[in-house]
Amino acid sequence: METVVELSGVVAVLSNFPALAGIDLVVHRGEIVLLHGPNGAGKTSVLRVCAGLLPIERGEGSVMGVNLRTHRESVREQVGLLGHSNGLYLELTVTQNVSFWASTVGATAQEVALAMQRMKIDGRLAHVKASQLSAGQRRRCALASLIVRRASLWLLDEPHAGLDTAGQDELDAILQSAVSSGATVVLASHETQRSRLLATRIVKVDGGLISGSES
Amino acid sequence: MQTVRRVSLAVVRKDLRIEWSSKVLLNQVAPFSLVIMIMFAFALDNEGILQRVAPGLVWLATLFSMLVIVQRSFAVETADGALDALRVAGTEPLGIFIGKSLALMVQLLALELMLLAIALVLYAVEPTAMGYAETFATMLIATIGLGFVGTLYGGLGAGARGRETLLPLLLLPAVAPVLIGATRATEAAFGSGGAQSSEGWPWIGLLAVFAGVFGAVGALAFGPMIEE
Repeated sequence: METVVELSGVVAVLSNFPALAGIDLVVHRGEIVLLHGPNGAGKTSVLRVCAGLLPIERGEGSVMGVNLRTHRESVREQVGLLGHSNGLYLELTVTQNVSFWASTVGATAQEVALAMQRMKIDGRLAHVKASQLSAGQRRRCALASLIVRRASLWLLDEPHAGLDTAGQDELDAILQSAVSSGATVVLASHETQRSRLLATRIVKVDGGLISGSES
Repeated sequence: MQTVRRVSLAVVRKDLRIEWSSKVLLNQVAPFSLVIMIMFAFALDNEGILQRVAPGLVWLATLFSMLVIVQRSFAVETADGALDALRVAGTEPLGIFIGKSLALMVQLLALELMLLAIALVLYAVEPTAMGYAETFATMLIATIGLGFVGTLYGGLGAGARGRETLLPLLLLPAVAPVLIGATRATEAAFGSGGAQSSEGWPWIGLLAVFAGVFGAVGALAFGPMIEE
């Protein structure tokens, strides 16, 4: 099975504080891996290392064959990270936001329409400014922007936050559909009850280390 | 190169669309620069002096207004973490730099045309036909330099704490060469203080050099800067 993420003894530092203290993690293509653990455990830092945002101080890491120590910027085009903020332009409409992200990668208008349809932000919401959307609707818009970017590895930090039950169901369906079309998902979530049903593997993170794993 | 062009186009279209939608340039920046020009007229209150100093006033008003436009240009990027998202997505930084610079240039040029019209009316400036050509050439070249340096320093201040006060501190000294060059060239174009039209072209040449330097430095530095 193809390895997508491989971290070995990874140490990463945030403002002189060791956010990761020697993480070992392997993720294979097609997996949905749930990172769970208390606040400050290092879940977000794992995602940021995988996205090539946080440099590795010690240890070795690669994502889709790209060495994170030497070429961490190169991995970003293949990775979609959805963090705590949505990365939207609040004065643009939903369609304009998704179209902007599509145009940065050369995605077609058809792909934009499909992504918006899948996230149920077409129709009435399509021409509403992002500033006028609810938190959940903004999250859907951000996910649609992620879909049109055609990422191979999805890194999601609290993706269910702000979504209603229907939105969460839709998100789960989208993640499963993304995985069945060849993507890999790593998500950090506090909503473990829901995420456990979705995940193919659960990895417990604590104190900047992996403290357990279950399938 | 195709990626840079694609990203530049996407960013410039997006920035101008945001401006079109919010009308901040029209409803806030333009009135602000109009107020500056009127205040100068009140403060100096002498037609002869106003005609003499009109070029400097036009460019000072441009620079003060530019601070507002640059702040605004990067405020929309940081409001919901869009600049971070662009960085995370591995979007070509050179494309972002060119796109944001072009959008800034378009807005500045529109503002400068308005300021020129105000100077003609309020300060009774009467350039010749050649003077108009020289004025437009000055505006075009100076705007290119201002667009590049404004985007560079806007990006530098975007993630910083206290960026509202930091930007003027960083940007105004950096654009001093453009202020001097553009004012001298416009003086020659307006014939202020008996200046000849031919005296302006070497200054326009100097502005072109500044634009080239700011463009090259920005292209190299913008990526590492937003990375930090």
